[in-house]
Amino acid sequence: MTPTSTEPTLDQVKEQIDEIEPAAARDELAADSAITLIDTREPHEYAEAHVDGAVLVPPIEVASRIDQVAPDTGQRLILYCRSGARSARAAAKLEALGYESVSSVAGGILAWTEQGLPVIETEGLTKDQRERYSRHTLLPEVGVEGQIKMLNTKVLLLGAGGLGAPTALYLAAAGIGTIGIVDDDVVDESNLQRQVIHSTERVGMPKTKSARIQIESLNPDINVIEHRVRLNADNILDIIADYDIVVDGADNFPTRYLLNDASVRLRKPVVSASILAFDGQISTFMPFEGPCYRCLYPTPPPPEMAPSCGAAGVLGVMAGVMGLLQANEVIKLVLGIGDPLIGRLLLYESLGTRFTELKVRRDPACPICGPDAPEIPESEMGKFPDYELFCAA
Amino acid sequence: MPMIRIPPVLRPQTGGQAEVAAEGANVGEVLRALTSAHPDTESQLFGAEGDLNRYVNVYLNDEDVRVLSGLDTEVSDTDTIVILPAMAGGAPRIA
Repeated sequence: MTPTSTEPTLDQVKEQIDEIEPAAARDELAADSAITLIDTREPHEYAEAHVDGAVLVPPIEVASRIDQVAPDTGQRLILYCRSGARSARAAAKLEALGYESVSSVAGGILAWTEQGLPVIETEGLTKDQRERYSRHTLLPEVGVEGQIKMLNTKVLLLGAGGLGAPTALYLAAAGIGTIGIVDDDVVDESNLQRQVIHSTERVGMPKTKSARIQIESLNPDINVIEHRVRLNADNILDIIADYDIVVDGADNFPTRYLLNDASVRLRKPVVSASILAFDGQISTFMPFEGPCYRCLYPTPPPPEMAPSCGAAGVLGVMAGVMGLLQANEVIKLVLGIGDPLIGRLLLYESLGTRFTELKVRRDPACPICGPDAPEIPESEMGKFPDYELFCAA
Repeated sequence: MPMIRIPPVLRPQTGGQAEVAAEGANVGEVLRALTSAHPDTESQLFGAEGDLNRYVNVYLNDEDVRVLSGLDTEVSDTDTIVILPAMAGGAPRIA
């Protein structure tokens, strides 16, 4: 809010309110954890550096948000801003609202840091990154630390198709630092109804390259690794070994079982989704912590029970819905927040707009993640018992 | 009467119905009532021995009947049975 001629000058405001020296504020905060410390600056300033424990309440929201931050007008409040002006005006406003014990830090966070008092800084993020990811770093669950984790994470996407396209775009936007893409296909006109990472002018281009172009134009921070290959038992362990999380959006059962077997061996979490027509499924498989894909589906269905999107069709939007649920799972795993879909299968029916959650349990008889699985010797690694059988079928 | 949720791949066999009400005291009876009403579903749900096909998961509400009492699991009128085959749709030809 800009001061107008009818508003008191800053000097007049400061005469009305109580100012507290930074060191005194620090001591008081250290002695009493019940005190509410309020940062009355703008979100981007808060994101760059703030005092530990401070709640952000931008100046324009002070009157409207104070109820949530401090419902009791007897609550002890300490306010700060950059140099002490905005917090002084906010303190006057709060006193006018009936708050009885409000102080404004003299000289703001500038004086605070000059006196060598600690702040939480966005160390490790460049100025551009602080700006780009400011809406993330504002979230206490993410913060600068979480953003740095994301930038240091390597995620492998199986397929730059329906599911992979939205997942890749949002993970790239979110700042997942390394995104690998396995796909040996080229962009086809029939893909564009749902594979939003590609474009009309890139029809005929390898999908990995098309995806790279789009990702790099969205976020130059991202290192894109193209794997223009088909996954098989000989190459899968090498390909997934370098990644932290695998996102499965494959459209066929051999790949899903192959990935499951390899990821369990290498203990890589897999966020798995599938779509068909108006329906989708998603779950997160965390080896040995929750069930694996084979615990859920011990054997693949016969072809008549498993049509592909190419044969049966799929609503394009389904790829977006399920692909973004996958991206959401990935980010939760990276940050270690929330409840991932471990041991849970989420079904989405778009026509009824209905979500259904089913429990998935570890199968004690599972040939891959059952009690005997970790005993498999090194020489057997990469040999997947019935994979050849699926392929032959 | 218990409701059975029919997956998309089985809907051609139920005349397009996504939900079918079927009578029965346990999961097996309810599914048999479904296959009586819609005979084309039988070969996709049951094997020659009369057991559930291994590639079809059946849930009573949110719990896999395999961890309950299988086809003998008791069913009440307000229960929902979910038939769930694996799906693989996504990106084409990765492997």
